[in-house]
Amino acid sequence: MTINGWVQILIFLGIAVALIRPLGGYITRVMTGERTLLSPVLLPVEQILYRAAGTDRDREQHWTDYMAAMLMFSVVGFGLLYAIQRLQGGLPLNPAGMGAVEPTSAFNTAISFMTNTNWQGYVGEATMSYLTQMSGLTVQNFVSAAVGMAGAMAIIRGFARADSRTVGNFWVDLTRATLYVLLPICILGSLLLVWQGVPQNLGAYTVATTLEGGQQTIAQGPVASQMMIKHLGTNGGGFFNANAAHPFENPTALTNLIHLVSIFSVSLAMLNVFGRMVGNPRQGWALLGVIGVIVLVGIVAVYWAEGAGNPALGLAGGNMEGKETRFGIALSSLFAVVTTSASTGAVSGMHDSMMPLGGLVPLFFMMIPPLGGIGAGVYGVLIYAIVSVFIAGLMVGRTPEYLGKKIEGREVKMAILAMLGPSAAVLILTALAVAIPAGLSSLQDAGPHGFTEALYAFTSAANNNGSAFAGISANTPFYNITLGLAMLAGRFLLIIPVLAIAGALAAKKTVPASAGTLPTTGPLFIGLVIGITLIVGGLTFFPALALGPVVEHLAMTLGQTF
Amino acid sequence: MDQSNSARMFDARILVPAIGDAFRKLDPRSLARNPVMFVVAVVSALTTVLLLRDLLTGAERTGFSVQVVAWLWFTVLFANFAEAVAEGRGKAQAESLRRTRSETQAKLLSEGGDFRIVPGNSLKPGDVVLVEPGDIIPSDGEVIAGVASVNEAAITGESAPVIRESGGDRSAVTGGTQVLSDWIKVRITAAAGSTFIDKMIALVEGAERQKAPNEIALNILLAGMTLIFVLAVVTIPSFAGYAGGQVPVIVLVALFVTLIPTTIGALLSAIGIAGMDRLVRFNVLAMSGRAVEAAGDVDTLLLDKTGTITLGNRQAAEFRPLRGITELELADAAQLASLADETPEGRSITVLAKEKYGIRGRDMASLNAQFVPFTAQTRISGVDVDGSSIRKGAVEAVLRQLDPTIRQDTRELQRIADDIAKQGGTPLAVVRDGRLLGVIYLKDIVKGGIRERFAELRRMGIRTVMITGDNPMTAAAIAAEAGVDDFLAQATPEMKLDLIRQEQAKGKLVAMCGDGTNDAPALAQADVGVAMNTGTVAAREAGNMVDLDSDPTKLIEVVEIGKQLLMTRGALTTFSIANDIAKYFAIIPAMFLAFYPQLSGLNVMGLASPESAILSAIIFNALIIVALIPLSLQGVKYRAIGAGALLSRNLLVYGLGGILVPFAGIKFIDMAISAMGLV
Repeated sequence: MTINGWVQILIFLGIAVALIRPLGGYITRVMTGERTLLSPVLLPVEQILYRAAGTDRDREQHWTDYMAAMLMFSVVGFGLLYAIQRLQGGLPLNPAGMGAVEPTSAFNTAISFMTNTNWQGYVGEATMSYLTQMSGLTVQNFVSAAVGMAGAMAIIRGFARADSRTVGNFWVDLTRATLYVLLPICILGSLLLVWQGVPQNLGAYTVATTLEGGQQTIAQGPVASQMMIKHLGTNGGGFFNANAAHPFENPTALTNLIHLVSIFSVSLAMLNVFGRMVGNPRQGWALLGVIGVIVLVGIVAVYWAEGAGNPALGLAGGNMEGKETRFGIALSSLFAVVTTSASTGAVSGMHDSMMPLGGLVPLFFMMIPPLGGIGAGVYGVLIYAIVSVFIAGLMVGRTPEYLGKKIEGREVKMAILAMLGPSAAVLILTALAVAIPAGLSSLQDAGPHGFTEALYAFTSAANNNGSAFAGISANTPFYNITLGLAMLAGRFLLIIPVLAIAGALAAKKTVPASAGTLPTTGPLFIGLVIGITLIVGGLTFFPALALGPVVEHLAMTLGQTF
Repeated sequence: MDQSNSARMFDARILVPAIGDAFRKLDPRSLARNPVMFVVAVVSALTTVLLLRDLLTGAERTGFSVQVVAWLWFTVLFANFAEAVAEGRGKAQAESLRRTRSETQAKLLSEGGDFRIVPGNSLKPGDVVLVEPGDIIPSDGEVIAGVASVNEAAITGESAPVIRESGGDRSAVTGGTQVLSDWIKVRITAAAGSTFIDKMIALVEGAERQKAPNEIALNILLAGMTLIFVLAVVTIPSFAGYAGGQVPVIVLVALFVTLIPTTIGALLSAIGIAGMDRLVRFNVLAMSGRAVEAAGDVDTLLLDKTGTITLGNRQAAEFRPLRGITELELADAAQLASLADETPEGRSITVLAKEKYGIRGRDMASLNAQFVPFTAQTRISGVDVDGSSIRKGAVEAVLRQLDPTIRQDTRELQRIADDIAKQGGTPLAVVRDGRLLGVIYLKDIVKGGIRERFAELRRMGIRTVMITGDNPMTAAAIAAEAGVDDFLAQATPEMKLDLIRQEQAKGKLVAMCGDGTNDAPALAQADVGVAMNTGTVAAREAGNMVDLDSDPTKLIEVVEIGKQLLMTRGALTTFSIANDIAKYFAIIPAMFLAFYPQLSGLNVMGLASPESAILSAIIFNALIIVALIPLSLQGVKYRAIGAGALLSRNLLVYGLGGILVPFAGIKFIDMAISAMGLV
């Protein structure tokens, strides 16, 4: 660890924290339908969209209708994306002449982008036409993020409202989130990226002659427009296979910072929105505190592990394998933590090459829901807040309450379901993959490291992260299908119980706080939620982690490798 | 109370039958009520079958398996035992109740007015019976004629007789109680088998126990965690297979059972029963577990002024003479007028005169005095002595009956009386031979220590509202003195009901107590309605708790018992979950050691061998249930120190303690079983 490294990390953290309040304020105004700076331009557009879709902006939905709308939208999005991939050979904007995407890969990719996972089993520059990248993948990058924001808004309203039958209008939330929040920021950010050298064109790949006289095909395309939403929407699906390690995706230190900041910006601001809407910004800051502490510890742990390197090699300067020398250990460690804690999955270095503990942290961060993407992070941390309040809240001698809402059987049931779905997908599918040849044959390494590759893939998919450990050849029918199922489980087995909680909470009365009410803002509460997260989340995966990165680390300290 | 509790907890008369019950409760139907323990029983049965197979096929190293299976069954038995002990304490009480319900004979009245003897259990609601001195009241009912003193020791444990009479708020009688003097006619209101005592027996035995909402939610959480650990454990064989190893089923089962929240699962129903039991010991009967839980959640407490905040009776505090009359003169006259007045107010006047002015109590007979009793018409009482007449009474009653021929100024008396009313007191005028002497200041005496109780309630986050029929001025004075948060003056039953509805509309839970028929709607509306046992049948049926001692102050303790119940559940849940960390560190390295010896780095406790590590964890898991039975029966102590302080305190004890204790416990057991050579 170096001072220079820490300065870079702190600059990033400073900017990320400074953005929370202004962005949170703006998103709150947008999502509650207040006028904003952009209203004069965007309001007419918004109204045209509603008129075209026949949506009554003022008619709110019961949670079941909200859920039905969301499911319908997702199914249609999946269908469109699948169709575009399969038909791209005959469609325009295909200068490289890409043929139809293989069915299981198209299935996997369609689910992947529809669920905001952006797991990529394919090699972008060798598979997808410009039309697919733009009208398929980039569109889903926007709307899958907006769906996440909508889900978050529903549960936020559940807490903010009392005696209400409705949790908002899905179509309005989706439209506003896309139109007022994601699009403007992306337009601005894309221009910045283009200025820094990220390509944005529709030209054919350039064939260049290298110094040695060889031929090199230089892939390019509409990269900048996809880069910005990829990070802002915590999607993570790269234009190129190398993702943010590719010099066209992430050419400079400034673009690296823009990527990192945009990953955290809206995700974190959504918790500020939560605080504002429940009438006490400190409630939002407490949950941000939970995330902040976990992320900070993660950064320290990864930076330390990577900085120390493998003692068996006896090399000074830490572990540089799989890292871009442009970014070095500090920024690569930071990127690994940020991308997995905000469920983005973009990478600026190869996680497979990290030290066992350096890889354990990103893996573990994907396993625990409080660290989630845009929207999903809000409901992930709220689920754990609910469970924490329920377990510990009883200890103050009252029926547990969170923000004046009594946490009762229904909420507990749904919170448990939300925790159970993604975990079940990870454990069961990993167990399947490491037991059958179709699963085993894709693993690059032997021993615990190979096990970690499979565990990492399913953890990433089932938590809609999309981060790839690499080292696994995932573009096989087996992995395309199983990872697709994991992504579906991670998205819908989480968001459906969350909407059910939103509906149940909105219908409840809000009990005024008193001296007997469990305080949910101070360090004690933050510590409590972290504790419950680590114990409940950690204990679920302890055996699996012990057989993967933990045993690998212990072996390494004994000088063994696999 | 604590002492008697612990004494009874380790009473052999409860513990010995509980051991038998622990085995009887292995009945799947009874186990099925508790999801966590049911799962433990199922896997125990499964491993038993596997063990039998191994024994028959003569497999090696069955000694270890035998011990694990034995401890699995102990885990289930200990859970049953905890429940049986909790129930046993109630049963002892039910036994004494049953004795009072022994065969009674009833004197069933016919239309004509004569009676015939019938067995008590043949009575139907609507029958009218005559009960005479020495008779046991055959069933619950309402007095429709007569007045009698009744010994209710059978249900209250209090031997002082109480008065039961027709009409008014003391008309309910309970089957099993005994008439001591006079006679009453009782209209039976309860069918055989559903009388108050029957309900009490069912309640204290736990037979009718239904799970309360919080308990249901907690059960869902525990079932959910069990499912999560099912997933964590069933995937292990595949993971281990990848690494080229195998994990015996018995070890997987051991890991699973230690991980699932068996501690709280085993003690959950005992905690619930004990909560009810604590109330019963406190002479309060809760009609449902829901009511006990609601008590812990109460936000607003409605308290009647008289009897709860102030002593039931007002007391003389001061003599205020008119100009030209000395205090001593007034005190002397007031005492004489009160000599034969046996009401508490009258006695307090005598006492005040004696203590403040040294006027010794005199004997009516030696004074040759004639007592003039209080009547509803005159509203005045007093004595005729030595040819002079002394009277005392309500100010306007005295003024009305003044001899108009005696000229005197009544305005000064009126002014003093108004002053007293403003201070929250009641004025009594004293007159001798038609001449006004002054006013006795009867004061509402706020109960000692009640101010502190209210301060404590405030720290608990509970708002107190005083309900009184007094005018707002008097009410405000008393409210300020007692330290309640708010008051409702000149309250009518309708206003009381409205107040409850208003509070509930704000999302608050309201508790109140009441006894009269006109309290019934409010009692039914309140989330916690404590009916006084002395009250009417209507009140008793409307409330969800009955206070056998008829002491309205107990509402405060009821709230504490409710909180204690919830806290105990939360504390043991936290403890149970926190325990898992140490168990993982014990079992995981042991489980995988055969193919990943590197994992011995996780064996932070330095346990002797894989077998002893696994066995120690499962023994700890079983024994901790027994160790926590006393805590689950007595409950975690509630302290009114604010929710934040309470949480950090309990988190420290049960959270951090829950993480650390098993490390020490498992290590200790490991050393013990290694020394004994069990593995």
